[in-house]
Parts: sequence; structure tokens; C-alpha cells
Amino acid sequence: MKPRSKRLILLGSAVALLVGAVALVLTAFQQNLVFFHTPTEVAAGKAPVERVFRIGGLVEEGSIARNDDGYTVRFAITDTAQVIPVTYRGSLPSMFQEGKGAVVQGKLTSDGLFVATEVLAKHDENYMPVEAQYALDKAHQANQTVQY
Amino acid sequence: MTTDTLNRAERSRSLFRFAAPQVFYPIAGRLAPWFAGIAAVLTVVGLYIGFFVAPTDFQQGEVYRVIFIHVPAAWMSMLIYLVMAFWAAVGLVMNTRLSFMMSQALAPTGAMFCFVALWTGALWGKPTWGTYWVWDARLTSQLLLLFLYLGFIALTRAIEDSRRADRAGAIIALVGAINVPIIYFSVQWWNTLHQGASVSLTKAPSMATTMLSGMLIMALAAWAYTFAVAFWRVRSLILERERHTDWVGAELEAEAKRQ
Amino acid sequence: MMEWESWSAFWDMGGNAWFVWGSYSITAMLIVLELVLVLRRRKETVLRLLRLRRAAPYATGGQRMNEEMF
Repeated sequence: MKPRSKRLILLGSAVALLVGAVALVLTAFQQNLVFFHTPTEVAAGKAPVERVFRIGGLVEEGSIARNDDGYTVRFAITDTAQVIPVTYRGSLPSMFQEGKGAVVQGKLTSDGLFVATEVLAKHDENYMPVEAQYALDKAHQANQTVQY
Repeated sequence: MTTDTLNRAERSRSLFRFAAPQVFYPIAGRLAPWFAGIAAVLTVVGLYIGFFVAPTDFQQGEVYRVIFIHVPAAWMSMLIYLVMAFWAAVGLVMNTRLSFMMSQALAPTGAMFCFVALWTGALWGKPTWGTYWVWDARLTSQLLLLFLYLGFIALTRAIEDSRRADRAGAIIALVGAINVPIIYFSVQWWNTLHQGASVSLTKAPSMATTMLSGMLIMALAAWAYTFAVAFWRVRSLILERERHTDWVGAELEAEAKRQ
Repeated sequence: MMEWESWSAFWDMGGNAWFVWGSYSITAMLIVLELVLVLRRRKETVLRLLRLRRAAPYATGGQRMNEEMF
């Protein structure tokens, strides 16, 4: 290959990459700067209607239930202020648990039920040994008994 | 007055001396193997702690052990871009050729770490989040960083005239540097699937000590590796750029005798 | 081996072998690749410049370049 055409290809790919980068920012950020809405925002009607969007929050304690088909899961997403009931058919990530973070994608029906097509687990930034968590839970329980 | 100012002037001139490729070339050559050695030792220690001392994580189990490369690589990819932008700015302002060469010597390593951060992040995301990829602000801005690196590399290599290549690259480096704080703070500024920082200057780390020490040692290893590779690479760049000078001629002849 | 019951447990990574070892192996490969490329580039540069220099030993113009050091 001639050096000139090689240069041209390199320059072309540089320009293409930069244009691609800018396009990426403009489109992806436009749509996804708000990667998910909180249940409070949804309850306040700030979430898009009749369009696919995401809700993020904690899976409410004691809310996970399976339908008789063993495939459909019902649970609730909460930010401790508002609660949104969710239904989902499909497999769940292994870290999806009650009391832990989750992001669900889907549509809101008119009766306020969120029909999810995708469920992602969102974990926090804490890393510790299993024993430490066990000790923490114990301490937490002890603390609660004292308060009563 | 005179001796003091003279000393200071002399000192600043001697610092400036290192900006001369001829002076820096042998220094880089002598330092690089040391940094490579330090990197190798730190990697062995860091991996030993990461795999054999650090305990299983309470919520993620064993898969969290990806953190020992993911976080150092991600930090390094952001830091190297900032250093590139710094040298580009120095080069534009002071008109020092070596600064531009340093910035170009760092770019491929930065791109490598950026790719590693994305790759390990994807493999970590699948078992924990349930997906290899999402377009949240953190992941998208990190992908943009990779494109900035590749754009910088392609542009500086595409332009034949090295002075123009230096300037064009410097502009990408400086403009793109805006993206680095966006990556870093994206998890605070916007709702993202990616969790917040476990380690930062403003709060106590939310990691067990052995996990944290393994990660920090791996980060130091990444620093040492970057120094070694960038020094080796800048030596080739210096030879290339200074090939018409007498000292490079002498260096090449000496190199020929060594082989 | 304080963390692992056996080597097979170590390689299995709690069922996450692909995710953990897929991360580490690709990273190791890229680092080795970069080192090889960097060291090969140096050798190649020295040889090429030597060849150029021997082909035209007087076309160096070294003095001028040495003066504008920075």
C-alpha cells in the first residue's frame, strides 16, 4: 500500500472514530443520562407513559412471589417512600434478592403495575468477608432487641 | 541576592535539561527495567493477596476477584489520559518536543488499560448485574474514553509532519480530558447501574482491609508497568524523531556493536 | 491455601471460572502482547535507522538539529 493511501485510511478512521464518539455521546447520553427512574418519580408521573423505561430501587422485603406457572415472578420495587408492583417472566440474576438493589426495564400499565421485560441486579460498593456480614447482622439484631 | 538567584536559575535550567531528548533517552533506558521489575514483583504479591489471602465476598462470592484488575485498569485508563493531556499542554505552551513524545508514548498503554477495564467490567457484570453491557453513564463514558484513545493514536500516526501531528494530537488529548471527570463522577451525578466508588479521597473505603490492600498493590503494579512501557516506547520515538542528529548516530552505532 | 479447599475449587471460582479467568487471561495476553510489540518496535527502529544512516552517512544535518534542543 502506498504511504499516502495508508495515511488517508488512518486519517479517515480517526475522523470516523471521533464522529462516532460524538454521536455516541449525543444519542446515548440523551436517552440514558437518566438510566432509571426512582419509584417516587414514577408515582409523581415523571416517568414516560406508554414507553419502555427503567425503574431502580430496592426489592421490597417479603414481596417476591411466584405465580403457579413457576415462571412469572411478582415483587415490588421501593425507594422506601413509594412502592411500585412489578411482574416479570424470565430468569433472574443470581444477585437479585429481597432488600437488595434492582433495576427493572419495561412498561407501566394503566393500573400502576410495571410489566418488566428485563431485570438487573444492582449491588452496592461494599466488599467484606462473609463472616463480617454475619457479625454485622447479629449486631443489628441485638441492637433491635435492645430497643424494644 | 546574586548567589541565590543564580542558584535558582541554574537549578531551573538543570530541570529543563531533562526536557532534552538527548538527556532523557539514557535515563529512560536505565529506569525502565527497574520499573518493569517492580511491576512484576508487585503483581505477584497483589495476585497472591487477591487470590489466597482476601476472603470470599459476602454478596458476590468469588467473582468479585475480578476487582483486582478491573479497578486498577480503570483508574490507570483515566489517569494516563490526564497525564497525556498534561504533557500535550506542556508541549503546546513550552514548545518542548519531548512532551509530545511522552504523550504519544503513553497512549497505547492507556488504550490497553481502557479496554481491559471494559472487558473485565463486562465479564463481571454478567454474573452480578445479569448483563454484559448497559448504556448507563459510567459505561458509556468509559467506552468514549477508548474511542478518544484510538482517535488520538490514529490521528498522530496519520499525519506525516510530526509537528502538525503533535499539535493535532494535543488538541484531542486536551478536549477529551473533559471526559475523565465525567467518567469519575458519573456514578454520583446520574442514576447508573454501576455502583459508587468503594475507595475515594473523601470517605473511608468500604472494603475489607485484605481486599483493599490487594487492589492497591495491583494499582501500584499498574503504575510501575506504565512507567516501564512508556519509557521503552518513548526511546523508540526519540530515536525516530532525532534520527538526523549526531548523538542518535553515535547511539545507533553503539547499539550495532552491542548486537 | 487458606482460602481454598482444593485446587479444583480454586479453578472453579465458585462456578464463575469463565468470568474470573476470562478477565485475567485476556489481560495477561494483552500485557504480554504490548511488551512484545514495544520491544520489537525498538529493535526494528534501531535496525531501520542504522540502515538509513549507512545508506546516506552524510545526509544527517546533525548540527542544526542539535542546536534547537527543545
